[in-house]
Amino acid sequence: MDMIIADDARPRLPRGVRLREDKVRARWVLLAPERVVKVNPIAVEIIKLCDGSRPLSEIVSGLAERFNADPTRVGADVRALLASLAEKRMAEL
Amino acid sequence: MSETPPPPEGLLAELTHRCPLSCPYCSNPIALDSPRDEMTTQEWKRIFSEAAELGVLHVHLSGGEPCSRRDLAELVAHCAEVGLYTNLITSGVGLTRDLFDRLVAAGLDHIQLSIQGVDAAQADWIGGYKGGYAKKREVAGWTTSEGLPLTVNAVIHRGNVEDAPRMVDLAVELGARRIEVAHTQYYGWAFKNRARLMPTREQTDRAYAAVEAKREQYRGTVVIDHVAPDYHARFPKACMSGWGRQTMNVAPSGKVLPCHSAEIIPGLVFWSARDKPLAEIWAHSPAFAAFRGFDWMQEPCRSCERKAVDFGGCRCQAMALLGDAKACDPICSKSPHHGLVLEIAAGDSQGPVEGFAPRRYVREPAL
Repeated sequence: MDMIIADDARPRLPRGVRLREDKVRARWVLLAPERVVKVNPIAVEIIKLCDGSRPLSEIVSGLAERFNADPTRVGADVRALLASLAEKRMAEL
Repeated sequence: MSETPPPPEGLLAELTHRCPLSCPYCSNPIALDSPRDEMTTQEWKRIFSEAAELGVLHVHLSGGEPCSRRDLAELVAHCAEVGLYTNLITSGVGLTRDLFDRLVAAGLDHIQLSIQGVDAAQADWIGGYKGGYAKKREVAGWTTSEGLPLTVNAVIHRGNVEDAPRMVDLAVELGARRIEVAHTQYYGWAFKNRARLMPTREQTDRAYAAVEAKREQYRGTVVIDHVAPDYHARFPKACMSGWGRQTMNVAPSGKVLPCHSAEIIPGLVFWSARDKPLAEIWAHSPAFAAFRGFDWMQEPCRSCERKAVDFGGCRCQAMALLGDAKACDPICSKSPHHGLVLEIAAGDSQGPVEGFAPRRYVREPAL
């Protein structure tokens, strides 16, 4: 069941979901109710941009430019991450 | 194990054992810590600072009813300051609008609200507190209006098992992001009241399937965490995700326990956070070392391919049912004593529901 995420969606973390550095374990995590989700460095960069102010299209084009990557692939990665977080109620679209 | 264990991710802080409700399945020990033995605000603050430093990410403020502590907002503010994610585990009773606002201002991250039934008559009967259900609905409304994440916690037993799927509907109606549907785990007061709480296997199977069916219906709306009914399972739960692996409990008086029930195991030595730093307790307390890793295991656990999956199940259950904390949890179908669990489950599901022992302080006899 694939979730369709529109280009003009402005993804953000809902209240009670926090991205933070876990210095003791040298990693980044998303903290949510009863959940600790390890976040890889690329996902950290994506999530940092999900503050509700930017449309998805801008997040994707910005990341593609910054990492000199194919926007189609970046778009697919960002959508997959957000869809999986949204299903866990850890992102709002 | 001599090397330092990986740090814990979670800390359950039982701030007090005082509670206005008297749920017959309460996981608190039968011998509740007295209010006069509770730790001070300063002691709890020091513990939370030490926890954050040790690597704890989530702190669960529990009890009893944590709102019975007058310093609750101050403790939440301190946890937020040291970077801990704060989860308030509450009955809602005792939470005033003023306290709620102060908790939000202090930086509370999440509220987990217990709901005992799908309507006032059922919920207030089980919780033993008239008006409790209405109060819970009010607290749920404050929480969702504020935008704070809400989890509903529903404990399932013979008195409400037929309503288990309706609990999920209720959680959605209340705007919860998450629901824990937890079949009763038989420890503490629940163990004492087991013969009043155990559903039949047919009831359990029906309820379990009906709740599972709700996952698809509410996908993306509510996250369902389903705690399986122990006595009707084939394999035991990975209790506490393994002894001394991820979490620690601090009792109101400061005793640090590997789980809320660990005191039923004779011979375990618990250190107190009043006397020693949390990091030292985590690494070296005899109670934590007792069942860490795999060296303590007997057969059939020792050679079992699931030993790193469920860690031999639950030590307290092995103790309570077999009198041997090192035995394979008899919930496991590989246990030579599994038949005993089936017998208990069948026998205990037959009697009346009425007449359970309400959870409360037992008055010490007068001298």
